[in-house]
Amino acid sequence: MAAEPEVIRGIGHSVKRKEDDRFIRGKGNYIDDIKLPGMLHMAILRSPFAHAKINGVDVSKAQGVPGVVAVVTGDLMAQHNLAWMPTLSGDTQAVLATDKVRFQGQEVAAVIADDPYVAKDALELIDVDYEPLDVVVTPQRALEPGAPLIRDEKEGQSDNHIYHWESGDKEATDKAFAEADTVVALDTHYPRSHPSPVETCGCVADVDAATGQTTIYMTSQAPHAIRTVFALVAGLPEENIRIFSPDIGGGFGNKVPVYPGYVVATAASLLLGHPVKWIEERTENLISTGFARDFHMHGEMALKRDGTMLGLRVSLLADEGAFHADAQPSKFKVGLFHIVTGSYDLPAAHVEADGAYTNKAPGGVAYRCSFRVTEASYLIERLVQNAAYELGMDPSELRLKNFIKPEQFPYISATGFEYDSGDYHGAMNLALEKVGYQDLLKEQEAARAEGKLIGIGLASFTEVVGAGPHKDYDILGLKMNDGAELRIHPTGKAILKISSQTQGQGHETTFAQIVAEELGIQPEDIKVQHGDTDNTPYGLGTYASRSTPTVGAATAMVARRVREKAIKLAAHLLEVSEDDVEYDKGRFFVKGAPDQVKTIQDVAFAAYTNFPDGMESGLEGVYYYDPPNLTFPFGTYAVVVEVDAETGEWKVRRVVAVDDCGVRINPMIVEGQIHGGLAEGFAIAAMEQITFDESGNCIGSTFLDYLIPTAWETPRFETFETVTPSPHHPIGAKGVGESATVGSPAAFVNAVIDALQPLGVKNIDMPLTSARVWEAIQAAQGGA
Amino acid sequence: MLPASFEYHRASSLEEALDLLSTFGEGAKVLAGGQSLIPLMKLRFASPEHLVDVNHIAGLDGIAEADGVLRIGSLVRHNALAASDVIGARYPTIAAAAPQVADPIVRNLGTIGGSLAHADPAGDLGSVMLALGASVVLRSTRGERTLPMSEFLVDTFETAISADEILTEIRVPAPSARAGGTYLKLERKVGDFATVGVAVYLVLSNGTIERAGIGLTGVGLKNIEPEQAEAALAGAEPTEERFAEAARLAAEASHPASDVRGSAEYKRHMVDIYVRRGLSTAFDSARAA
Amino acid sequence: MKVTVKVNGVERTADVESRLLLVHLIREVLGLTGTHIGCDTTHCGACTVLLDGTPVKSCTMFGVQADGREITTVEGLATNGQLDAVQEAFKEEHGLQCGFCTPAMMLVGASLLERNPDPTEDDVRWAISGNICRCTGYMNIVKAIQTAARAKAAASEPASV
Repeated sequence: MAAEPEVIRGIGHSVKRKEDDRFIRGKGNYIDDIKLPGMLHMAILRSPFAHAKINGVDVSKAQGVPGVVAVVTGDLMAQHNLAWMPTLSGDTQAVLATDKVRFQGQEVAAVIADDPYVAKDALELIDVDYEPLDVVVTPQRALEPGAPLIRDEKEGQSDNHIYHWESGDKEATDKAFAEADTVVALDTHYPRSHPSPVETCGCVADVDAATGQTTIYMTSQAPHAIRTVFALVAGLPEENIRIFSPDIGGGFGNKVPVYPGYVVATAASLLLGHPVKWIEERTENLISTGFARDFHMHGEMALKRDGTMLGLRVSLLADEGAFHADAQPSKFKVGLFHIVTGSYDLPAAHVEADGAYTNKAPGGVAYRCSFRVTEASYLIERLVQNAAYELGMDPSELRLKNFIKPEQFPYISATGFEYDSGDYHGAMNLALEKVGYQDLLKEQEAARAEGKLIGIGLASFTEVVGAGPHKDYDILGLKMNDGAELRIHPTGKAILKISSQTQGQGHETTFAQIVAEELGIQPEDIKVQHGDTDNTPYGLGTYASRSTPTVGAATAMVARRVREKAIKLAAHLLEVSEDDVEYDKGRFFVKGAPDQVKTIQDVAFAAYTNFPDGMESGLEGVYYYDPPNLTFPFGTYAVVVEVDAETGEWKVRRVVAVDDCGVRINPMIVEGQIHGGLAEGFAIAAMEQITFDESGNCIGSTFLDYLIPTAWETPRFETFETVTPSPHHPIGAKGVGESATVGSPAAFVNAVIDALQPLGVKNIDMPLTSARVWEAIQAAQGGA
Repeated sequence: MLPASFEYHRASSLEEALDLLSTFGEGAKVLAGGQSLIPLMKLRFASPEHLVDVNHIAGLDGIAEADGVLRIGSLVRHNALAASDVIGARYPTIAAAAPQVADPIVRNLGTIGGSLAHADPAGDLGSVMLALGASVVLRSTRGERTLPMSEFLVDTFETAISADEILTEIRVPAPSARAGGTYLKLERKVGDFATVGVAVYLVLSNGTIERAGIGLTGVGLKNIEPEQAEAALAGAEPTEERFAEAARLAAEASHPASDVRGSAEYKRHMVDIYVRRGLSTAFDSARAA
Repeated sequence: MKVTVKVNGVERTADVESRLLLVHLIREVLGLTGTHIGCDTTHCGACTVLLDGTPVKSCTMFGVQADGREITTVEGLATNGQLDAVQEAFKEEHGLQCGFCTPAMMLVGASLLERNPDPTEDDVRWAISGNICRCTGYMNIVKAIQTAARAKAAASEPASV
């Protein structure tokens, strides 16, 4: 008998991360670690005004500072036709302002110097003649007649309205509301937040004037798409552009777009013949790069007296800032917000959305979120909670009564999504059991009798991720399909080249595990390469929880493609026909004779040393995956809080999270993703927000005011799972990076609102600062 | 964020530092922990021509109680303050406040003297020292003077210190046997400035309040000592009603501004609640002393 | 100005501008890029190094201030190629994701264990509350530091006979 085969650490194994070996030694290679010979440093001058005409930019003094090599202005960029660039939503955005500035922090000029300190010195000497204009800081004001026109340079743009978008069936929804016993409504603002990875954005642009070779090291979550955008914007031949994303210190959506700094640094490198480095300061990151959310939402739910949900009506107003720069599929103006029917069997729904320009930073990136799913999930879960109170039902019962049932999948939602699979009742029941729901209800009642406020908040989210099928999903026309290339070396080791780019999600480990599962090569024997457009297949990048659904699928498929050839090679080695070869975990058997076996290593060696006549040598493949559908991760979160009614302070006592993301490739990494998502969900509920004063000054321009919780404020998390594989993914996985950020904010807010039920508080908009909680109590009490 | 150029001077003695300050006048700044000054320089809100580094001057980092006075050297780091045995045993107001200043890493460098001289109305220690009736020692080549905290703190980021002076020591009257106190801080997260901070100090004598000290953080242009609230307590019976009355007076003495941390109304309300709660805690600790 | 510092046990001298921040002295002049910059304003702690064994934020100190002192960066955590228990534990417990805050977190953790060899969960959370992580939700960072504490304790116990 052959020796017991070694366990292949494929899917389902908590393999320790391969990438950690460099990080724990301080040997990561982040953007600011890149140093090239002759490299210059760039600093950007930004507008102190939210809206002002530029009458002139005098750079003469700055140019005279020793060490300053060049000062770039909007006029200089305009001479090269680079003063404006396209956004990911097909709008335009100023690279360096020429006519006027439209938000505080907008890029006005750049200094290139041989030392970053000198570049900062010179910035202070640039004299800009601004003529302040009236400022628009809310989308409501933006749409009023007579509001100052922000995009006066745009042909055909006579007001600040950007788009109107609808989804669902208005007539059917109106009918549902007409038949309802009860209608519950909620107005809420999902505040402007910012992904704020601990590493800011930056680049090192290196243009070789002699050869035209343009290498841009860049903190990019989507290097291939960026390469194409650069080719289109700058008219550069795409084969000469190489985008290289080194190790990335967190992205969360912030590193998807093209920012003016990248364009200016590249232009400067081209003009000066030196590499140019630009590293954002934190303030620049907070005031000018991709913000998230900022939706003013109105939701209404129609219900029968017994709690049966009949319809959902939503209208929302999006504050898009000065340039419409949402990073999302072009067909959907508010991303995948129309998943707003959530986990419920809602027969009718209608969503309408409008977008407006304001004098704020552009962005509209999905901060750890699949294209506005977060706002949708928050709205429905807050509405359902309030509906339960209105009907006098337990919030868990109302949810259980209306969940889509397991036998209804695949389920077509009222706004047209085809939900792949789910067991919402299972996730909810597990969460209720783990949190001890019934006991908590008793404790809550007893506490209320003593004047203490305990709240239990639930949220049962359904996410939609993995964009997407080519028919519906593209960004700037680029279909959202992704590739994987796999090469098996003669010694049976392998290299996997993928189109997506890790920012901490552990791709170098999990994607190796997918290959391990499919081919039986241990993950430590598989190198995963990513982030370098010259050396990886095309794809749209890592965001919207799409790596596992798209690139993970491509990886499984390319491994299967390689396996088909491996079976042919095994048949040759075993001297049987291909039909007589069976495969199991890296071993190829003769049917009925399991001791006649060749390993994947034997086969790989043969692919280069002993292959049959007529067969190509080598063992490799490439696969571009076009998802047949999106995937729909789901779960239930239960949060327990205590509120001090006297001060408005609240403390989280428990967070129980049940996640179902389908098949888990590396459970350790999946749990880590959920921890991170829960922490960011808590942060959004409790403290993160970017606000503006009436002059359009950004409040929240440093981490003193943009609050990110530390370990001290962040609650402990208890994580659990159910597993409902996706039938629309080759390994049944659904994606998990963002579930907890999508699902948890509503659970935290619902918990606080639940605690405040005896005081009559119906809603508090995030973030739930103690001041806001106290003020809501005062308002409710005063109105009583 | 990168600072402008300056000349760096490392003083090895107090005399050397004072000479440097006397020479450079307004163009010089004292560099102690640097945790407030360096961020200001990086933002280029401050661009001094000369920095006089006092970190290497011996004898400015002591904590000792003698002859009814606690002397704290101005270079004592916040974490040293928090770890001090004598402070832990006898100065609960300081002991409660020190670990709430900034964050644990910043506290390794930030100094008590720097914190007081920075005079941020949202700074915690100014309120503590007001409540305790502390004074500061200022030295220059011209001599030495001692100022009570109430006179030292002048306005937002403004103290009575002259450009050629160094704050060398903080003097806190030692408590009698039955004294207690605490510091309550409402902050949005670790490392945040106080939305509202309240320092309280109570000295009991024969069942009545001999002296009460209160300092308020973040609710005015500087740290505030609500004298009427203190007066309402002095000589009175320590009852819940009396504490509530003092809290009400303290809230009246505050004049906070509305901002992202909360409305003026909320902050004033929080002064009321925290003074009441703080006095209760201080009373319990005084009784246990 | 001339600055001499002992970095990770090796004495290094450089001639620098007095305004050069310590973090730039470490990263740009001494070439140790494991120390990172995240926020510029002392809030994120990504730039934390040990100064004479005590954690400080190197973005809020000038290089010249470090003259004559000892600095430990992440590159100095391992001894003779042998990883520190904290480094091992961060990998073992999945205490890092993007890796950007990790060097600082490990240094703060190692420094905590010097002072407190058996920290509670609250002790650890308090100690790292001057450092921000966006990826992990801190759960596994806390776990890793406690795991390192146990590993250190086990390693220092006399071998059983």
